Parts: sequence; structure tokens; C-alpha cells
Amino acid sequence: MHQATLLQAKDGLKQKKFSSQELTEAVFKRIDAVEDKVQAFVHLTRESAMQEAKEADKKIAAGEDAPLLGIPLALKDLICTEGARTTCASKILDQFVSPYDATVVKQLKAAGAVIVGKTNMDEFAMGSSNENSWHHPTLNPWALNRVPGGSSGGSAAAVAAEECIASLGSDTGGSIRQPASFCGITGMKPTYGRVSRFGLVAFASSLDQIGPMTKTVEDAALLMNVIGGKDPLDSTSADVALPDFMLALKNQVKGLKMGIAKEYFTSGIAPEVAKSVEAAIKTLESLGMEKVEVSLPHTEYAVATYYILACAEASTNLSRYDGVRYGYRSESSDNLKDMYLNTRSEGFGEEVKRRIILGTFVLSSGYYDAYYLKGQKVRTLIKQDFEAAYKQCDLIVAPTSPLPAFQLGEKMDDPLQMYLADIYTISANLAGIPAMSIPCGFTGDNLPIGLQLMGRHFDEETLLTVGHHFQQATDFHKNFASL
Amino acid sequence: MKYETVIGLEVHAQLKTKTKIFCSCSTEFGRQANENTCPICLGMPGVLPVLNKQAVEFAVRACLATHCEINPHNQFDRKNYFYPDLAKGYQTSQFALPIGKNGHVNIEVNGNKKRIRILRIHMEEDAGKLIHGENLGIPGKSYVDFNRTGTPLTEIVTEPDLRSPEEAREYLTQLKAILEYSEVSDCNMEEGSLRCDANVSLRPVGQEELGTRTELKNLNSFRFVQKAIEYEVDRQSRILDQGDRVIQETRLYDSDKGVTLPMRSKEEAHDYRYFPEPDLVPVAIDSEWVERARKNLPELPEQKRQRFVKEYEIPEYDAGVLTASRALANYYEDSLALFSQPKIVSNWVMGELLRELKNDDRGIENCPVSPTALTDLLKLIDKGSISGKMAKEVFEEMYRTGKPAEDIVKEKGLAQISDSSSIAKLVEDILEANPQQLQDYRSGKDKLFGYFVGQVMKASKGQANPALVNQLLKDKLKQN
Repeated sequence: MHQATLLQAKDGLKQKKFSSQELTEAVFKRIDAVEDKVQAFVHLTRESAMQEAKEADKKIAAGEDAPLLGIPLALKDLICTEGARTTCASKILDQFVSPYDATVVKQLKAAGAVIVGKTNMDEFAMGSSNENSWHHPTLNPWALNRVPGGSSGGSAAAVAAEECIASLGSDTGGSIRQPASFCGITGMKPTYGRVSRFGLVAFASSLDQIGPMTKTVEDAALLMNVIGGKDPLDSTSADVALPDFMLALKNQVKGLKMGIAKEYFTSGIAPEVAKSVEAAIKTLESLGMEKVEVSLPHTEYAVATYYILACAEASTNLSRYDGVRYGYRSESSDNLKDMYLNTRSEGFGEEVKRRIILGTFVLSSGYYDAYYLKGQKVRTLIKQDFEAAYKQCDLIVAPTSPLPAFQLGEKMDDPLQMYLADIYTISANLAGIPAMSIPCGFTGDNLPIGLQLMGRHFDEETLLTVGHHFQQATDFHKNFASL
Repeated sequence: MKYETVIGLEVHAQLKTKTKIFCSCSTEFGRQANENTCPICLGMPGVLPVLNKQAVEFAVRACLATHCEINPHNQFDRKNYFYPDLAKGYQTSQFALPIGKNGHVNIEVNGNKKRIRILRIHMEEDAGKLIHGENLGIPGKSYVDFNRTGTPLTEIVTEPDLRSPEEAREYLTQLKAILEYSEVSDCNMEEGSLRCDANVSLRPVGQEELGTRTELKNLNSFRFVQKAIEYEVDRQSRILDQGDRVIQETRLYDSDKGVTLPMRSKEEAHDYRYFPEPDLVPVAIDSEWVERARKNLPELPEQKRQRFVKEYEIPEYDAGVLTASRALANYYEDSLALFSQPKIVSNWVMGELLRELKNDDRGIENCPVSPTALTDLLKLIDKGSISGKMAKEVFEEMYRTGKPAEDIVKEKGLAQISDSSSIAKLVEDILEANPQQLQDYRSGKDKLFGYFVGQVMKASKGQANPALVNQLLKDKLKQN
């Protein structure tokens, strides 16, 4: 049962092949069996999940229907859930219990979902390997000595290890797509503004988006139907009509133009990755799509731009963790200044502190123009690159990550190498466009490889159409690691 | 040496919205600590601000009332600093693109009219309030009340155009009137809905370049603003006289001791690291919005003053006094609606009424004599039921007891005698009782007429209608 995709589970519940309680129990049984190895979760909400499943079964029995009725899902631990801990994998919020539900949580609950637990992540979503979690690292189900990617590594691993039917992650610079790629699942970062950020603990406000992490593109489309839309509580959520994404799956791919940018096939790319992506492009051609050369000339500046802007925003977003109102407070302080210093020194991990310091620096008087302001200008250029490219094509096809999942500890001592893991995913966040990673092959070591599809603003539909047709033609997404 | 004082003021005025600027919590004053809070204003993880449009509307009005240009593209910025009363660790404010700029407020001090330029007006949120345990009998602990957090404010910054503490005070008086008139702020200094910081520097008379300034904080009343600046001018001139240099710093005014004390120096000043608030989208204020706001802008003090002079034909001085606050102007006009003799009403309001209020340290809002009560009194004078002099006595009683004029007149038997026959009787009695004076009058001592009037009034205990006394006395003297 736990192996079901979201649509299969939905169907099974509808056909009364199993109940939500049975399904949820099966999921927890799977968690009990493999969680020791994978460590995808920060904490489980077993009791409330079983209660939610019971409620769902009552509704199913009463003939009610809802998009996610009775489906066990997992949430990244920076999505606020009322009454349950939301730690952001940080010591500073370890005991924090949110007094409210994030908008997406309200949407999931209204759609009947069962929340099985909160998944591990890099602290405050800062990292590409999940090794920056204060709790513990999560391991890649495909190779337990390797990282699941990050920062939504827990959400990716939980889906890949079949510990939930689907999950939600968040993506600031690739945090949904890169772990999806490393773990061999489907992950979509929607257009900035498509999904409400209210209740998503902020890393970089102008880049963060919540998105689905699923076993198939179909499942992603279904989740997008539930979590998308304008939220009056989020001024940056867009007042754009929400299509029925399930309908997009039925659209034709024939004649669609896929842009290929040479900037996404740089020297740092692993040959096996390049080979799989090229093969995937051939598959898409065989489905009737047309290949177009495009150029995204400012791509090389994306990583630097991202680390300036994201850290600038993060440095002030994280100011509220000061030990005054909630969260960790250092007790070893005699005065206010020491309380701030000790609380934040003890409460934040190394990577978070590194980014706060970097962000504080680039906003400082005398450096603002040289870094932050210039970063904003380059961001505009990157956005314009995509606008120009989309005059020639309907979507852009690229690798998600230059490398497959790397080994635990491999890049921990070299932040720059770690930052380069996001080299192909960062631009979509800077431009605000939707992007999705789907499985497109395996390395000789049986590590998943991800294909990235990037679309026009608010055109998730084309990505879903193409992704779905690709999955109809291939079996990569049907592979799961044996644990 | 002779110095010129240069002052610039930064005024924070609380906008009188019902709810906070970025969440739907109430802005009501005087609630239980932390009652007016929610996850958003408490800066919980994951929350986002949503701008209160009414706050922008009020800020637009404040700009129009001070003749500012309104920025069509509004953006908020984060002002970063750590303090326990600042929930998010940054204040959401406007820095690069304030809503208003290049405005002015006209003032008049000792007959000199002057235009004080407004550099900028911006919107921002207020912080909370620290309550130290020492005041609660729990020393060593401090508490935070976040009720005020997120209350919408406008900060109104002048150019360094003010040249004396009196001008500073007058500017504040005018600005307060403007903000009250435009219904933007309650401007209650006690509740903190109007706060003021002053930048003060001195320079030798004739010098172009500005001297080193200090910023004065904790000025909790107009009087303190004036006193603190007076102290600071004196302090700085003594430093300069000794050949020393003024240190650029922020100083706190201690109203008990009447001195300013250093708070932090320029070196300790924060680097606020302003940058555009990514959680809010820019607000466009188009010309349609501005024009609609302009149309709905209530009459401002200056306009009202001019209208009073023109419409009621009262002296400019009277109009100035009567329009100093909107409530007083309303009182005046409400009274006029009931008794349409503008100058008489003006004399009473400016004279008796304001004197009583001042003695009592009360505002017109809490005046125990309503326009109806006042004009009932004036009508009694007009009908000749009581004399003007009596009326003053009655007014004092009305102010003290809140009773209607007529009741007091009755109770005290103060009604004026306007009955000709009884006055004629009094006149006859007086003339009879003063044969010598009568003879002298007859032989040409005209001045004795006044003497007879006085005697009649005295005999009537002041209640005789003086005009009638005059008339009847004249008639009688002619007859005989």
C-alpha cells in the first residue's frame, strides 16, 4: 500500500480497496522499517495522523470527496503546523510550536490530507546536502553513504523511501529540485507567487517557494491544484487564475519547442549526467518536440548573485530569533547584548551563521551598492535572459544538478563546492520562473539523475505536460531503492 | 560670540486607523499588556505583513495637508536593529522612496510669518514598549508589551529651518492642528500618538555652513521640546565659547532635572542596513487616488482662519485663536449656529471660556459649558434679561455647576429689571434724595448725569437695565 502513488492511493481509497487508516498504518509500518536507515523525519505526528485518517474514513464512508482525502503526506519542517513542532532543523527553534497553520497546511487539511510528520532539512533551508540539520543528517535511500541533497532532503528521501505518499518541500535555490534529482523523484518549484508563503519560515523572501515532491508528475499536478492560488495573507502571492493542472497532463507535446542552453552543459558536469540528459532530450524529440538552441548569457553570475541576495534577505529574516519571545535562549548571559550574542551563537549552526554574516556584510553601509544593489541588477539581467529565450522556445531543458548524490561529508569542508551544487537550479529562483526535476536515468553506481524543465512565468502547465509525457514514455520514475 | 540656532524636527504621528499597519490587531490604547497581538505583529516564524490601505490613505492626507509632493511609487524598507521591543529584529519603514517630500508648514512667531520646509514624510510601524521590573517591584527583570507594535506612524521631517525654541514650539502647534484637522492623527502626546525628536546645532551668525548637531530625544510635551532646546542651545554655546567642539551624539532630555544627557555617540550609531522589504509589493498611488484624497481633505487651519475672517467679519487675531484647534473652531461655529452674532460669541469664547479652561487645565473637548448653554446665556443678555456684567458672574457659575443660565439667574435673583415703571420709581427716588446735585446739574454741571445713573444702579443692586435707566433719567431731567 505504501508503494502507491498519490493517484493510485486516491483510487484505492475510492474503490474501497483499503481505508485511509489502513493506508496510514502501512505508511507508518514502512517508516518503522526503514527510518532508522534513512532518517528522513525530524518528528512524526503518529497520533494526530491516525485521528485524521479516521476522520477521512468517516467522510469516505459518507460519500464525501476531496482532492487528498485520506492521503498520508509529509511536510518539510519549516512549514508551520499548529500544535506540532516546527524546528527548521535548528537548535534555536527546537522546542518551537507554531500557534498557527501555514496557508498550505490549511489547504492540505481542507483537502482531507493526513500529515504523518515533519521532514528533515538543512537548518533554515541553508544547504544542499541535509548535513546542516541540527538534528541529524538524512541519508540517500539509493546509497546510505550519500546525501539526499538539500535543503528539502528529508522530504525527498521520505518519498523515495516510500515513507509517505508525497511531500511538500521548499525551494529557494534548488532545494526541491536538487534533492528530487538525487533521490530519483519528481519535484516542482512553482512560479514565485503561485503558492502562498504564509507560514513558510522565511530563508530568502523573494526566492522561497513551496512545492510538491512526488513519485510522479501526475501527483505533482494534483498537489499543485490544492496548494496554488492567491492568499490574502501573502502580499507577494499572485492574483493569477489557477488552472486545473490535471488537465494539463492531457495536452499534446508535439510541436513544443524545448530550448537547450549551452550554459547548462559546462565543464563541471559529470559525463554520466550529461549523457542521461542528452538521452532524455532525444526521448522528448521522439515524442514530437523540437529542439532549439538558446542562450542564457548571464548564467555564470547566478551563483554569486544568489548568495548575495539570498544571504542579505536571510540575515534580516533570521533577526527575529533573538531569544526574547520564543525558541532557544542562552541562560549564560548577564546583560541584553550578551543574551543576543550567546543565544544566536549557540542557537544557530555554522552555515547559518556564515550566511547571516555574509548577508549583513553585503547590506552594510559602504558595501550595499557594490554587492546588494549590483546583485539586484544582475538578477534583472538573468530574468531578461529567460524572457529572451522564451521568445524562441516554450520551455528550457537542462540537467538539474551537475553531479549525482555525493558522499556524506564530501563537501562539508568546502562551502564553495557545496554552493556550486546548485549551479543549474539557482537561475529559476532568481528569475521567479517555474522549474521541475524528473528522473531521467541512473549512473553506473545506480544513483538517480534528474532532468530539469524550466518554464515561463505561471506556465507550470507546460512543464507538467512535458514531464508527464516523458514519464509515460520512460520507467525511471518507477524505480525505487531497495532498503 | 553670537550664535544662530538651527533646529530641525522629526515628528512621529500615529495614524488613527482602527487596526495595525500589517495585521488586523486593534490599535486601541490602554488595553491589557499584549492583548492587541497576533502571530504577525509578534514576529512569529513564517508570518507575512499585509499593508493596511487605510494607513496609506491617512499618510496621503498628511502629505496633502502639508503641501508635500506624493510619490507615485511607494516601497517599504527594512530598518535592521536588535531591541527586545522590536519583534522582527527590523522595523518596516520607508527609506529610499518616502510617500511625501518637499512640503511646508507656515508659522508665525511675534508677528513674523515664516515657512518651514518639510523634507520628507514616510510611513512606518511602531515598536513595542519595555516595562522594567523595577517599576513593578520585580527588579532584575524586564517585560515587553507588544500592543503598540505595528501601529501605523508617519514620520514628518523638517529641513533645518527653525531658528529658535519658540519657532520649534510654534511649528509643532501648527503641525498638530494640521494633523488633527485632516483627521489623520489624534496627536495625543500623553498616549504617545505624537512624538518629537529635535536636531539642534549652533553656528556663528553669518556663517553658511551648519554646526555639529545633537539629536534630542524623550521630548514628551511641547513645553519640554522648547525647554530641552533652550537648555541645549545654552549648553552648546558654552562649549563653543570655550573654544571646544560639540560632539555629534544623541541626547536624552531629563524633564525632572531640565537637562539633556548623552545617550549614544556617532560612533555608536547603528548601521541600519536598509534594503527593500521583499515581503511587501510596491504600492502605486496614482493621480486619481491623490485627487480623490484632495477632494475629501477636510478644511485645514489656514483655510478656516481665512474663512472666519471673511464670513464672520471677525479680526484676524480672533480667527487665529478660534482655529488653533479644530475642536475649538467647531465649538465656535456650533455656537454661531445658535446665536448669530460672530464678534460677541468670539469675545465670549476667547475671553471667559478660554480663561476658565486654562485655569482648569482642560481642553475644549471637556468643556462643561456646551455651545447651547453658552448661547442661551448670550440670548439672555441680548433680550436684556441680564446685564453683561451679571452674565460674567452667571457664566462662572455655569462653568462650575453645569447648570443652565436661566436657572442660575432665577436662583440668584440676578434678572435685570427692564420694567419701566419700577425703574422710573427708582429714578424719582434718587432725584428726590439728592436735591443739591439736581440743582447743580440744572445749573450746567452735565457730568452729574453719570452720578445719577450710578446711584440708580446702586439702588437696584445692579439689576436695572442700564439703557433703560439712561433713557428714563434723561426724560425725567428734561421734564422737571
